[in-house]
Amino acid sequence: MYTFLARRLLSTIPVLLIVAVLVFLLLRLTPGDPAAILAGDAANTEQIARIRENLGLDRPIPVQFGIWFGNLLSGDLGESFYYKQKVTALIGQRLEPTISLAALTTLFAVLVSVPLGVLAAWRFDSWFDRALMGFSVMGFSVPVFVLAYLLIWFVSLKLGLLPVQGYHRIADGFWPYLQHLILPSFTLSIIYVALIARVTRASVLEALGEDYIRTARAKGLPELRVLVRHALANAAVPIVTVIGIGVALLIGGVVVTESVYAIPGLGRLTVDAVLARDFPTIQGVILLFSFAYVLVNLLVDVSYVFLDPRIRY
Amino acid sequence: MNMQRIAAAAAFAAAFAAGNGAALAQGDAKVLRIVPHSNLAILDPIWTTAYMSRNHGYMIYDTLFGTDEKNQIKPQMVESWTESQDHRLWSFKLRPGLEFHDGKPVTGEDVIASLQRWGKRDAMGSALFTFVDRMDSPTPDTFRVFLREQCGFVLEALGKPSSNVPFIMPKRVAETDAFKQIEDYTGSGPYIFKKDEFKPGDKAVYLRNPKYVPRKEPPSGTAGGKNVYVERVEWNLALRDAQAQVNALQKGEVDILEAPAFEHYEALKKDPNLQIPKYSVVNLQYMARFNHLNKPFDNPKVRQAVLAAFSQEPFLKAQVGVKELYHTCPSMFTCGTPLASPAGSEIQSKSNMKKAQELLKASGYDGTPILLMKPTDLASIQKLPDVAAQLMRQAGFKVDLQAMDWQTLVGRRAKKDPIDKGGWHMFLTAWQGHDIWNPIANPTFDTRGEQSGWFGWAKDDKLMEMRAQFMRETDPAKKRKLAESLQARAFEIGTHVPLGEYSQPMAARKNITGFFITNGNIYWNLKKN
Repeated sequence: MYTFLARRLLSTIPVLLIVAVLVFLLLRLTPGDPAAILAGDAANTEQIARIRENLGLDRPIPVQFGIWFGNLLSGDLGESFYYKQKVTALIGQRLEPTISLAALTTLFAVLVSVPLGVLAAWRFDSWFDRALMGFSVMGFSVPVFVLAYLLIWFVSLKLGLLPVQGYHRIADGFWPYLQHLILPSFTLSIIYVALIARVTRASVLEALGEDYIRTARAKGLPELRVLVRHALANAAVPIVTVIGIGVALLIGGVVVTESVYAIPGLGRLTVDAVLARDFPTIQGVILLFSFAYVLVNLLVDVSYVFLDPRIRY
Repeated sequence: MNMQRIAAAAAFAAAFAAGNGAALAQGDAKVLRIVPHSNLAILDPIWTTAYMSRNHGYMIYDTLFGTDEKNQIKPQMVESWTESQDHRLWSFKLRPGLEFHDGKPVTGEDVIASLQRWGKRDAMGSALFTFVDRMDSPTPDTFRVFLREQCGFVLEALGKPSSNVPFIMPKRVAETDAFKQIEDYTGSGPYIFKKDEFKPGDKAVYLRNPKYVPRKEPPSGTAGGKNVYVERVEWNLALRDAQAQVNALQKGEVDILEAPAFEHYEALKKDPNLQIPKYSVVNLQYMARFNHLNKPFDNPKVRQAVLAAFSQEPFLKAQVGVKELYHTCPSMFTCGTPLASPAGSEIQSKSNMKKAQELLKASGYDGTPILLMKPTDLASIQKLPDVAAQLMRQAGFKVDLQAMDWQTLVGRRAKKDPIDKGGWHMFLTAWQGHDIWNPIANPTFDTRGEQSGWFGWAKDDKLMEMRAQFMRETDPAKKRKLAESLQARAFEIGTHVPLGEYSQPMAARKNITGFFITNGNIYWNLKKN
């Protein structure tokens, strides 16, 4: 197990290295000049050239890469062209909103979708099963921003129950923190509820057809125990895999939700950085996202050992 | 039992709503919450011409002169000034009581260092410094400007209201290389920047400067008394979705929307809790800019054909849509400002498509496709290129309309390369009125060819000579006459095409009072009742 963990952790290094090189090169090849953007609309070509020089963008690409990579090895992601702040500091400011949003969304999605999926499998082909499948299709189909606007209109503007927008840090009080996250998390979780519920239903349905379920029922075990301890436990591997992928996607994929609800998270930082061609920031956040993907995948793999005793590393 | 449940649910909902209200009440009557038109990234208003940086500058810095709502230059930090008979020596005395946020007095040395840095970045500042022989500060509260020859725009330059504004900084800050951003945000303006609360992309916070001594005159434009009646101003930099902005304003979570989308204008106007305050009489102007280096726009006749084809109304109708927010304007200098006139605009104002077709035919246009850049992500101008492409096709041009994000366009327009090496033919943009209201500030009147300041690189020696004459002229009547000649020449050679003007509405909660006619987005004199 420890050898497996060490091997997997070591394997992240070449992955991150490849991501670093690719991101660096792709950014330099895409159109758009950070210096022209920074200089403003009325700046002239000479001023833009001076800014380009100050940013070091006039140097050959291998030299630029060497400087950036050298700093990266010492843990320095560089300074944002756009904000003139350390990229690590910028990411640090944005981590809390995004992690909070991702955590609450995942919590909500798991708490709702897993029981729904189990129930649908248990009541296979019933009205409840069909309703849940219908909801799943709807959950996948309705764009996040449409749902967000509808929820804001009804819950915030009509009922006045929750704020329309914004984010409060947890240090400023738990209740305002939670209030500002309920609607965004609910909005974002719908698609994950739909996805996890479908996978749970399919996995549990398959498990319910197994011999050991028949045996458990024949032994006279209560149906709840059969469902949870036997069917769900054996169906857990694909469900956890999907949840893991969902968490990884959430960390980098909350742009629309963050925009509509004005949450200053990593998604918004990424979009701003891309629009401003803020190369150091884009490189930093993409490296972070890659690391998050690798880490979540590793945690999912490790969880298999606990979920299925047959799996050994 | 059911009744108990209903009562419990109602109590929960009430508690929830009350909690929500309590959270909202955090923004008390002394905090003004504003949603600016864009994100604030660069905190040095001299280093960039970005309007957000300029607005940030107005919060924390003061200016020597201001421009009032009638576009007259009025003293601001300056108490009095004299001009020698030969117009070559200007002596200024600063108002008593001027103090930086760190408690140090504002001196003539600070002013000189600030002007020198500004002169290295701003177009009008650079032009002014071509006249400046030297500056000195004989006493702490005075400074003098010695000119090599008479200059007709000293006060206009020192009081210029838009980017780059000559903000006065402490000498130690102003001595920063003009091509490096400052890191010390000490000003002497009506607000103090809370650097520790600044979170890029999230919020910027300003506190009332308790030591600021406003002028006695009522506020007007960037001139007059800068009285502050709130303790704190918060710029919400995260709220950038247009619909979300409106929702937040309607719910009372923010107090002012600086630039709501045109499509929300009617809804905002009808909301009984909101107001659309009148805050500017100087509008924004749309323009189409040619790249004079690339064929066929190196040929003035081809540019004239475009001028003839581009009647303004279709652009304004498509882009703004709300009739009361736009108007046609025959002037290249913002309509409603002192130098505006229709001189030379007949080619455009009396235009018709037949004339454009004839002009194009006579030009010898060989069918080269016109590479027209269209920004897809900038709602304020994104519809203009479609109208331009259609009108040009009707005139007989072949048009290659290329969609890209604004930042790609900004990068590409800086390239002087031919089309096959990533160059361009035309783009469309919008200017705030005070950036183009005279031939010195207006970058399209710099026609030095490849050496000229702004993208498009028009070349015309005659226009440059006339512009130099304008710079020296001190008599207002003669200046106006010269401006007319300059504009007529610009239309004749087709520097660019003015495409009409619009006003950007602002929306605010009804409890915000004290709005006055300004020249941009500045936030003094406002009360939250």
